[in-house]
Amino acid sequence: MDVVLEIRELVRRFDTMVAVDNVSLEVQEGSFFSILGPSGCGKTTLLRMIAGFQEPTSGVIRIRGKDMRGIPPNRRPVNLVFQNLALFPMMDVAGNIAFGLKRKRLAAAEIGRRVESILERVGLADYGAKQVGQLSGGQKQRVAIARALVLEPSILLLDEPLGALDLKLREQMKIELKKLQSEVGTTFIYITHDQSEALVMSDRVAVMNAGRLEQVGPPRALYDSPASCFVAGFVGESNQFPAQIEEQEEKQIRVRTDTGLQLQATPMQPMERPECRLFIRPESIILQPEESLSGINRFTLQVKTILFDGSNTKVLATVGESEREIMVSLPQNRQFAHIGPGDRITAGVYIDACRCYPVHA
Amino acid sequence: MRRETKIGLYIFLAPVLMWLLLLIVVPHIDLFIMSLRGEDDLGEAIWTLDNYHSFFSERIYWLTFARTATYALLVTLLTFLITFPVAFYITKVVHRRYSAFLTILLLMPFWVSELVRVYGWMILLRESGVINHLLLGMGLLEQPVELLYNDVSMVMGLVYTSMLFMAVPLISSLEGMDDNLIEAAHDLGASKLTIFLRIVIPYAAPGITSGAIVVFMLTLGNYLTPNLMGGKNSLWFTEQIYNQFIASFNWNQGAAFGFLLLLLSSLIIWAGLRLSRQDLGRALT
Amino acid sequence: MKKTVLRASIVLLALAASSTSMAQETLRLLTWTGYAPKVLVEKFEKETGIKVELTYSNNEEMIAKLRATRGAGFDLAQPSQDRISAVQAKYKIYQPMDYRKIDASQFISSMLTAVQDNTKVGSDSFAAPFCYGTSGLIVNKAKARNAKDYDALLDPKYTGRISYRLKRPTLIALAFSNDYDPFASYSDPKAYKVLMEKVGDRLISGKPLVKNYYANGDALLELMRSGEVHVALGWDNGGWKLHDENPDIDFVAPKSGALGWIDTFAIPAKSKNVEGAYKWINFMLKPENAAYFTNQEKYGTASKGANEFLDESIRDNFTRSFSAADIDNIKWYPPVPAKLEQIEGKILDRVKASR
Repeated sequence: MDVVLEIRELVRRFDTMVAVDNVSLEVQEGSFFSILGPSGCGKTTLLRMIAGFQEPTSGVIRIRGKDMRGIPPNRRPVNLVFQNLALFPMMDVAGNIAFGLKRKRLAAAEIGRRVESILERVGLADYGAKQVGQLSGGQKQRVAIARALVLEPSILLLDEPLGALDLKLREQMKIELKKLQSEVGTTFIYITHDQSEALVMSDRVAVMNAGRLEQVGPPRALYDSPASCFVAGFVGESNQFPAQIEEQEEKQIRVRTDTGLQLQATPMQPMERPECRLFIRPESIILQPEESLSGINRFTLQVKTILFDGSNTKVLATVGESEREIMVSLPQNRQFAHIGPGDRITAGVYIDACRCYPVHA
Repeated sequence: MRRETKIGLYIFLAPVLMWLLLLIVVPHIDLFIMSLRGEDDLGEAIWTLDNYHSFFSERIYWLTFARTATYALLVTLLTFLITFPVAFYITKVVHRRYSAFLTILLLMPFWVSELVRVYGWMILLRESGVINHLLLGMGLLEQPVELLYNDVSMVMGLVYTSMLFMAVPLISSLEGMDDNLIEAAHDLGASKLTIFLRIVIPYAAPGITSGAIVVFMLTLGNYLTPNLMGGKNSLWFTEQIYNQFIASFNWNQGAAFGFLLLLLSSLIIWAGLRLSRQDLGRALT
Repeated sequence: MKKTVLRASIVLLALAASSTSMAQETLRLLTWTGYAPKVLVEKFEKETGIKVELTYSNNEEMIAKLRATRGAGFDLAQPSQDRISAVQAKYKIYQPMDYRKIDASQFISSMLTAVQDNTKVGSDSFAAPFCYGTSGLIVNKAKARNAKDYDALLDPKYTGRISYRLKRPTLIALAFSNDYDPFASYSDPKAYKVLMEKVGDRLISGKPLVKNYYANGDALLELMRSGEVHVALGWDNGGWKLHDENPDIDFVAPKSGALGWIDTFAIPAKSKNVEGAYKWINFMLKPENAAYFTNQEKYGTASKGANEFLDESIRDNFTRSFSAADIDNIKWYPPVPAKLEQIEGKILDRVKASR
């Protein structure tokens, strides 16, 4: 597959602060690519540089092989869906969508045809004459996306467009967006701080922190083998423990958490110092493991509470003497439906599911 | 309960209605009646439309009105052209922290009366004035030139006097505008000019309309500035009305002129609103 | 409910009205700038305990103000004598003057008689004289030595250095310099109109020569003082004031005759303080007060005994500007009949509108 966007050693400084720090990445044609990071990590700056609203301090942005330096936003083959959508209040829906087409000086009939077809595509046929103020949040969303998509950009940039929606609508829009992207085949670059949005929709995700890329890869790779302490903590849920290495072998270490628990764990990066951080995902903890299983750490949990949430039900429990709670996913079958607060239960976790990262002092 | 609130409403409304009735409605009725009165050849008071008729039959009267209205439109346009970039700069370009300060700076000259401001201009512009003095001093002029008493100086004075009334509605309407709209339009392929014409102006249209109406009416009704700065060629329609009332003792004619001014200026504003497809109600909220 | 509101507001209005009348006795004077010097006002207030409220105006506005209220709002006015009888006949804005209440011995008697004659409507007269003066040329002699008559105002020699008011005295003055007698046509509106249209045409053709039509006396003084204007139609006292500052500038009595006017005292029909008005008249005509006024403002006074209190320079001014022949040649404004103002107004509008 072709590379639609290539970024090389991109740097953007504001006065004393470095917002984007030596970022390089490639985005494949037709993919759904997300940039995931906490607020203030530089992802919006990165997006604005791609869109052309800001010039990089140094580095290169190429779209379909063409250097974008000095090209203003209105001449870049990318379009942006704004966080607050920025629909034009003085135009109706059709007017909003036709705005970009008119700038391309297409014939009126052609514009009408394209507006109609994109409205149909986003499920808003017959909404052309409506005023922007008459639309619901989800409908505005779709108009904003249609307004950008109708220009058939090389890349569609989306700046947390779901942020303003309520939870239920957001879940629904996630799926819609994903579907829409695979239908139109346009490359989407999606900015978000919500890891679930990124994981659900994306082909590939870049995790960004403090201006740098921590890891770029498919959602599963990020989830299963986070490349850094930050990614392990930011992507998906994890139980985290500060820990000390007690014994170190080549592919395995023995650690002792600050709660006193001793475990065999897998080092994810070279460990130079004894301080480390241990991550265990709630769903990798096995309740009542078979005696026959090997390569497993075993311990006893004391149940504190059950957090019922349908398929996502979790148990809050303590290990050993410590009051620190850890989270354990309950399997979906009703095998453990009987357990309740106060119960003691055996548990285990595979050594390769206990991931250790060095701590940067 | 309902009755009581109604009475309460009347009590609060009473001063407003009294004010409207006594200061607006009654004098206008009186003026209207006066405009329909005249004298026959024997000096007897009669009902007549002569006062209105003479406006159209005497070339000088309607020419003065046409001239006044044309200049008022020109002043409105110039005021808009000058004020808009200022308002845009204050609301969109400069940092929020300074915009209040700049707004106050813009309004400062209006803390003194119009008369003082006009005299200020006269001191600057007259033949023996400050500007001439400076230009002579710098050797840029051999002879002092009269910068006052012409249409250009009059229009300038009127524009200056009107700026406040354009700036305030423009600033308040531009302040409400989301900056992302500009970026969105830019992103969708619009050039700076297109953004200005298709996004910024339509967004500010209600503010522009209300500013333009106020400036137009105030300019049309101005007396001081055209008289003092325009000098010998500046016959303004309000001066015609003044002359009818004061110099010619012809109150009936003056009243008719007053009504014609009201009527024709309303007509011009109505036509302007229709042409720009603006709604008076929206512009005034 | 409504009635209560109405009643309450009536009570409030009555209270507001009575509170003003309960205050100190006042004299509301409608006059010209300079006609009530501060020193004299304070002296009068001290002597009589009457507070003087001043409103500055001119002939036309005085008439308009009093006409609007049918003679209310002021206790004493000071119109020119020629602008009283016609206005009084039509609008009845003044009350007859009771000449027993003024001290006739303080007045120059010929002037008092003349004003009485000129302001007569029916069997009553309506005014007493206060001061007099003339209109003529104010000339900067260093620049326009030969400006001796009104036609200098139309002389291309002084292009851009000429100024006058677009008011009736200008029309009258130019009529005289063209060997017409506009006062003779006062009684014949048609002839007057023809005459004035001729003068209007001359003003229009002379318009390019004019610097500006000045709006008031202060503007005129400033134009002369700054040297922007060399020849202007103006009041003698203005010319003399300028002469004090710059000896090159002086008032010149024009060859075809300076225009003489007399400003008066007249009591509005609905004056609320008639007694106070007479007190003010008698006070202002006291020789020492009248002389103070004249020394200050340089207008001639109607007070008989003021001469001995006058400054030397006042007499100098007069003898410098007026020869004996000039004095004989002064054209005193006769009372203006109705309708003339409308004729003049139209012509003046035409002049102002022309290019």
